[in-house]
Amino acid sequence: MLDFVQQLVSGVALGCVYGLIALGFVLVYKATEVVNFAQGDLMMLGGFFAFTFIGMMGLNYWIGFAGAVAAMALFGMLAERIVVRPILGYPQFSIIMATIGLGYFLRSVAGMIWGTDDFKIDTPFSQGVLRIGSLVLAYDKLSVIAATMILCTLLWLFFNKTTLGTAMRASSENMLAAYYMGIPVKRVVSIVWAISAAVATCAGVLLAPITFIHSNVGLVLGLKAFPAAVLGGFGSIPGAVVGGVLIGVIESMAGFYLPEGWKDVAPYIVLLAVLLLKPEGLFGLHARKKV
Amino acid sequence: MRFLFKTDYEDDIRLFPHSGYVVSYGLLFAVLLIAPYVLSSYLMSQLVFVCIYATVGVALLILTGFTGQASLGHAAFLAIGAYTAAYLQKYNVPFPVYFLAAGVLTGCIGALVGFPALRLQGIYLVIATISFAFIVEEILARWESVTNGNEGLRVKALSLLGVTVSRDSPTFYFLCLAVLVLTIVGTLNLLRSPTGRAFVAIRDSETAARSMGVNVALYKVKSFAISAAITGFAGVLFAHKLSFISPEMFTLQLSIEFIIVILIGGTFSLHGAVLGAIFIVMIDPFLTYLKDDMPGVIAGIAAAFGAGTVTAGNIQSKVAAFASLNGLKGAIYGVIIMLFVLFEPLGLYGRWLKIKLFFQLFPLYKRATFKRQKIYVKSERNR
Repeated sequence: MLDFVQQLVSGVALGCVYGLIALGFVLVYKATEVVNFAQGDLMMLGGFFAFTFIGMMGLNYWIGFAGAVAAMALFGMLAERIVVRPILGYPQFSIIMATIGLGYFLRSVAGMIWGTDDFKIDTPFSQGVLRIGSLVLAYDKLSVIAATMILCTLLWLFFNKTTLGTAMRASSENMLAAYYMGIPVKRVVSIVWAISAAVATCAGVLLAPITFIHSNVGLVLGLKAFPAAVLGGFGSIPGAVVGGVLIGVIESMAGFYLPEGWKDVAPYIVLLAVLLLKPEGLFGLHARKKV
Repeated sequence: MRFLFKTDYEDDIRLFPHSGYVVSYGLLFAVLLIAPYVLSSYLMSQLVFVCIYATVGVALLILTGFTGQASLGHAAFLAIGAYTAAYLQKYNVPFPVYFLAAGVLTGCIGALVGFPALRLQGIYLVIATISFAFIVEEILARWESVTNGNEGLRVKALSLLGVTVSRDSPTFYFLCLAVLVLTIVGTLNLLRSPTGRAFVAIRDSETAARSMGVNVALYKVKSFAISAAITGFAGVLFAHKLSFISPEMFTLQLSIEFIIVILIGGTFSLHGAVLGAIFIVMIDPFLTYLKDDMPGVIAGIAAAFGAGTVTAGNIQSKVAAFASLNGLKGAIYGVIIMLFVLFEPLGLYGRWLKIKLFFQLFPLYKRATFKRQKIYVKSERNR
């Protein structure tokens, strides 16, 4: 039983990381109907920025964290301006390919700048565990869970309660109509890329104590976060986190109870099963197309 | 400029619209036939890979380009074809039999993948095919009695009609070329048949196709099956060319490479598959060439512009250091993909069409002919 709870908690913590990356996917998708395959690589880059600020320049953890988030927000805007904006509105497939290209580029450049070693960031949560009875919970995992919950709530409120959030939803529904209503669509899209890069950076920094930062971490985790976003229904913010947690728990349970090899494929098998039954994901909206 | 006067449907669907096509394709074919006796063995080997990649590219074009169903799982189909060949070869099954068996098996699995894909669209389909590819990769690594797991399988040279054909011989090249040509001709025929028309109708608008009486589900599954089967055939050749296969060859990376083949070539015509395959296969030797020769060339230019020997030497060593940076290839790859998506969405074949039209209309060519219309995003969630 204790094993089960322990696995559950570490699965949830891992799942929250997936959920955080998936949040980035969902944000961009919700506002522009673009699927950003480079999301994981933005996370990786955010982690490296934080490592540069904290590990190499010796800044305070929180200042370094904030600096990395700000730098990545700017970088997100830049990436949007150069790669995405010229092809916004063209078939989804070409945008997917462009972001795959961006991912390749970021991975290689990060490898060139920071090398291919593993890096670790010392955080206030790195050491120490919380003991509840005989249950042992590491602070770094708890910090990920807490941060995910907070970010998810904030983003949900932002999207549903603020004017800017409404503008974002409007511009994804129909860009032209949004222009007519006086929404500065280009700026809105820029802002959403900045937010999603910032969220990715949070994921990268929180992740650093658990799995190390290296130039391929974005690809590895991005490919897990992607099913998480799909599982939750691509356009739903709470769905992304729920999907991430599901994937994380399935993965850690499969790793513990099933024979070797299931750990890596179990999330995908579950995903295929869910897509068979509910093609629009667990929380996806289902609406009929008008002709 | 030549004007084609078409009087009936037969004129419209000809494979060779006019005699110019016969001449140019005849010349190309002749060049390809004498190629093995002229080119170096390294280039020949690359040419074989071009044939294999182009075959997969054609398969992917049927599915993605003409039916509009994205797939990032074609490496898995290639793997199934390759492993079927390697497995059956161990039991001394003759080449023609296992060649066909690989195609049929892959086609059946493709149809099986097609069924769940019926309800999925866009991004959901992409992730479903990625999942399928991951599962196949894991099965290949774990099902050791058949696939020999991560240690991989050795593939013997193929024997055709009692003659052993080594993977570097001209005969093997002709075999790959024949498969490619047959695939292309078959696909062209398919595309001008009712089935092909139905594929294109589904791509353009599923709702409209359905209301015209097209059985969307049936044709989607057909498209998946045909595309997978062709990829399976290519897989057999791929296995023989490499003579050794293991699961880590058939990763997502390879699937992405196949997508890049059709993206760079152009997704609207079969020419794209061939041009894209040439590009992808030849980029490796080209980059190696740049790495080896570029520093010297740049230093030579610097010297020609009056830089001293020392400065030129410095420049040469700096450029060489940059060129041998780890991961430069990945970065170049990424930049090429982005540049094509941004500036040449019609691909290499689109560029060729533009150049051709420029000379046909000589002083009157205008860029707007190929200009993309500005589109505004409309939600696809309400499909």
